Amino acid sequence: MAGHLGTQGSGKKEKLDLKALGKLIVYSKRYLPFIILALILAIGGAVCTIIGPDKIKDLTGSITSGIFLPGGVNMDDVIRYGVTLIIIYAVGLILSYAQNFIMGTITQYTSKRLRTDISRKINALPLNYFDTTTKGDILSVVSNDVDTISQTLSMSMADLISSIALFVGVIVMMFKNDWALALITIGVSMLGFVASAIIATKSQKFFNKKQQDLGKMNGHIEDVYTNHKIVSVFGGRKKETEVFEHINDDLFADNWKSQILSGMMLHSMTFVSNISNILIFTVGISMYNTNVNALGIIMSFIIYARLFSQPLSSFAQSMSSFQQASAASKRVFNLLEQDELIDESNKTIVLENIKGDVIFDNVHFGYSKEKEIIHGFNANIKRGQKIAIVGPTGAGKTTIVNLLMRFYEIDSGDIKIDGTSIKDITRENVHDLFDMILQDTWLFEGTIKENLIFNCQNISDEVVNKAIEAVGLSHFISTLPEGIDTKLSDSLNLSEGQKQQLTIARAMVKDSPLLILDEATSSVDTRTEIIIQNAMDELTKGRTSFIIAHRLSTIKNADVILVVNNGDIIEQGNHESLLKKKGFYADIYNSQFVTM
Amino acid sequence: MIKIFKNFQKKDIFFVLICIGLIVLEVWLDLLMPDYTKNLTAILTAPGEKNISEVWVNGGHMFACAVGSFCAAVATAFFSSQIAANFSRTLRTRLFDKIESFSDAEINRFTVPSLITRTTNDVAQMQMLIAMGMQAMIKAPILAIWAICKISGTSIMWTSAVLIIIGSMLVFIGIIIAICYPKFKKIQRLTDDLNNKARENISGVRVIRAYNAEDYQRNKFESVNDEITRNNLFTSRVMGSLMPLLTLCMNALTLSIYWIAAILINNKSGMPERAQVVEDMTAFTQYSMQVVMAFMMLLMIFIIMPRALVSSKRINEVLDTTPSIVYPKEDKGVSFKGEIEFKNVDFNYPDSKVACLKNISFKVKPGETFAIIGATGCGKTSIINLIPRFYDVTSGEVLIDGVNVKDLSKNELEKTISLAPQKAILFKGDIKSNVGYGPNNDVDIDRVNDALSISESSFIKDLEKGIDSEVAQGGTNFSGGQKQRLSIARAVYKKSKIIIFDDSFSALDYKTDMLVRKNIKEKITDSSIIIVAQRIGTIRNADQIMVIDNGQVVGLGTHKELLNKCKVYKEIALSQLKEEEL
Repeated sequence: MAGHLGTQGSGKKEKLDLKALGKLIVYSKRYLPFIILALILAIGGAVCTIIGPDKIKDLTGSITSGIFLPGGVNMDDVIRYGVTLIIIYAVGLILSYAQNFIMGTITQYTSKRLRTDISRKINALPLNYFDTTTKGDILSVVSNDVDTISQTLSMSMADLISSIALFVGVIVMMFKNDWALALITIGVSMLGFVASAIIATKSQKFFNKKQQDLGKMNGHIEDVYTNHKIVSVFGGRKKETEVFEHINDDLFADNWKSQILSGMMLHSMTFVSNISNILIFTVGISMYNTNVNALGIIMSFIIYARLFSQPLSSFAQSMSSFQQASAASKRVFNLLEQDELIDESNKTIVLENIKGDVIFDNVHFGYSKEKEIIHGFNANIKRGQKIAIVGPTGAGKTTIVNLLMRFYEIDSGDIKIDGTSIKDITRENVHDLFDMILQDTWLFEGTIKENLIFNCQNISDEVVNKAIEAVGLSHFISTLPEGIDTKLSDSLNLSEGQKQQLTIARAMVKDSPLLILDEATSSVDTRTEIIIQNAMDELTKGRTSFIIAHRLSTIKNADVILVVNNGDIIEQGNHESLLKKKGFYADIYNSQFVTM
Repeated sequence: MIKIFKNFQKKDIFFVLICIGLIVLEVWLDLLMPDYTKNLTAILTAPGEKNISEVWVNGGHMFACAVGSFCAAVATAFFSSQIAANFSRTLRTRLFDKIESFSDAEINRFTVPSLITRTTNDVAQMQMLIAMGMQAMIKAPILAIWAICKISGTSIMWTSAVLIIIGSMLVFIGIIIAICYPKFKKIQRLTDDLNNKARENISGVRVIRAYNAEDYQRNKFESVNDEITRNNLFTSRVMGSLMPLLTLCMNALTLSIYWIAAILINNKSGMPERAQVVEDMTAFTQYSMQVVMAFMMLLMIFIIMPRALVSSKRINEVLDTTPSIVYPKEDKGVSFKGEIEFKNVDFNYPDSKVACLKNISFKVKPGETFAIIGATGCGKTSIINLIPRFYDVTSGEVLIDGVNVKDLSKNELEKTISLAPQKAILFKGDIKSNVGYGPNNDVDIDRVNDALSISESSFIKDLEKGIDSEVAQGGTNFSGGQKQRLSIARAVYKKSKIIIFDDSFSALDYKTDMLVRKNIKEKITDSSIIIVAQRIGTIRNADQIMVIDNGQVVGLGTHKELLNKCKVYKEIALSQLKEEEL
């Protein structure tokens, strides 16, 4: 999923978004003193790098002049220059390491904070955020975007500053030494820079095409591999292979084109540095043929030329890093700045030990303002009743229980539990009143016991075992090598039905006064379901419970069946009375007995 | 690793040879340049008037070398990119072909996501190894040896200085990698962990809120976050020393060459010899840089190598697997009527010792509707998997019109059997191409419409583009019930003698379920139909019903017969309907 998004995203060129970068800087402002310190260190390191060649020049001077002196090279001078250089290099080492250390530390702490904030945010967002955003998108923010920020930004921030220092410093030193050679060096380097920039844009085109090809290929093989049975039975193999080969050929072409261009970029940089070396030598010698320390000047310029090309390429690199980082931080802050659930710390009413009367009073609701789904839903549910909600897909069954749980806020009307509006108590309080079991079984990495206890406190093994017994899993779990302490993993290979049994057991452990079952037994076979239902009946005795199921055998025993279509109750009553009515419910139910 | 390069084609090998030639040329030219620098230095250090024209001649030669080296390098880049891209294309084709020949057993063993990564990412790793590594692998040793040969004659002190510096660079890098590598592996694992925890939080958001377990989940996330940060901090601090240390080594190399030059000059008395030292010094500086470069290149290979090794192993695993099911090439030449017979079939899944099916025997007459019912996991799907040979029986026989399925060609099996699988799956494309899926792209529109009406897919009429409506990857733009109906339509479109519906009706509501079955009954008269189901209502009208419990047949007959004689069937029925409704 994330891979897919990535390939789509890279097709477009990411723009540098200064606002997003600004937010990032504000976010990490607590580290500002350290960042400034790191920048100072970076500049210091650059200065060390710049004055190095100047000392090399002096060293070369004293060596070359030694050729003509009878006493040879003045070793005192050599030692002096050498030691100076050693000190400069050592200081450079310390400064640049200190800078790396500080920036690395800041980066890690910042990305940790980002991850923590995102994880907190996920728990504080209203549920409709998750309806409109895919899981892959949010996940890619946690993993990819935070990583991109930490990797690109830490390097490029420090790089950029030291590059600027290096850039300015090298220009100053070159002009101080010789303006003609300086102009040649700068000119040739610039030329090379422009050339590689041109190649880079060209190769970018092929890289993007390559990414698109890869996306296509991924899509195709995912289709073919997952639908292997269909391809095989319906004889589509040859056809699919042709499509694959077509994409494969495109990929081949874009692959080698993008590769040769990036190779050319690298080689043209070497070529340019060779050319500038040659020019420095030839021009240098013709200009300085009488100067004793010509060689020193030339050697120092060769180092300058190398140093000069460094900031140029790191400018280009920082630019693209900043682009990536700004795009990533835009996505991160987009998530972090989403509206959160309304704060409820001022609510003082607490519902406890409830009896279980539930009233839906003219409830209106739509996931978006334009499209209302529930149009004035009314129901008066007495304590201890077993309520079933049935109806075609999209009728709004799940929406009704979602509103009851206050996963969404209703647009108008009211829902009351024991006469208290659920708006007047906190969401946490509402959640505490309910055991909710959903169709999508959600189990996490951990032991069976951990999954059943979840966040409940002080639960004995006895309670856990009783719940397992009740859902009919005790035989299965006793066959596992570590019983309830067995870790859930892919290799355990639980069937969908077994997972549903576990989530029901989890609800039994929580033991709340109200119960919601949303297609909770849809994957359990009907004989096992009866075992669970008997256990449930024990559990639900005296408790108000809400059951949604499209398998009618699941809900036949309900006290009240609400038949819902298009957000309205169109029929209600128990199984027998609804059959007598010969309406919508009876029609669906009786289609089981049509003889043909 | 070496084994995977057997996938090189003749052309690739020829290109590799060309690359070697070009690289030798490039290295020769690169190493020629310092010689001219030496000449230039000689001119410079020579006393008296300088011969300027000679400077330009030398400069010209150097320029020619630079241009030549550049051309050789670009040509190498061309050939190596061809090799890398072609190699990866070959690997992908072979993988795809191989995987297409797999049966379910092999696919399930590798799992689909893993096969996808093997076809794409792992191949990309190999391509990167060749693209970046091959040149380096050829060039680095040539360059290093050649350059060392060139400098070794000049002075032992210089040579040993170079070797010492390179040695210490390697030691630094080695130590840093040795310290960080285990941590990197750990970080990789922790990153997966972190992603899992985040995924868990998002996919379980409703459950977590229903249980007020936000803090519980956050604590789990934070403990991984803490650990990953601790490890990241450690590696970033250690890795942060790498570049400064390498810079120090390079600087130290230059300085020591100069310093040694000073000592060497003082050991010589004559002016020409002394000048010679300076000439050597300039040349040596350049040569030594080349040697250092060569070692850096080798280092890069060692960075890519571990991942490429893993990838090549993963690719070979797929390529070395022999498909467990092989079809006879020749058609048997039977005119099929659609009779199916199982004779004492036993079956266990590969790598599993537990028998999945035990002694299954039954016979479906042409045109009959045959239903299979039983609890989840009892082996219903395993039975029908044996008909189109997704798996082969462990013992016993599966016969179609009296012929063992193992003797039928792939083509004949394809023609005779149609299937709607348990999990409805759609291809990216449009509705038309999904329903009319087959060996080629010609789709009969009338037949598509017929098939859609049989499967009660009236929702298509509400779509703007009708049967030309787009189907997204994985069919995500359709609901479960809609996908199921399209999948039924596809099975019907094919007009095979045998049509299998594997639990295809359970996602439909009772009424649609009934209507679809009624349509099939009325419109498809000359095909044998096998229905796997959980609901009694779905199968009560079948000609024969087989009840499976724990992989064994516990009942076979009509609805009425089974109610009387089969206890399991009666239990299932009573769990869904009342006594009087049966």
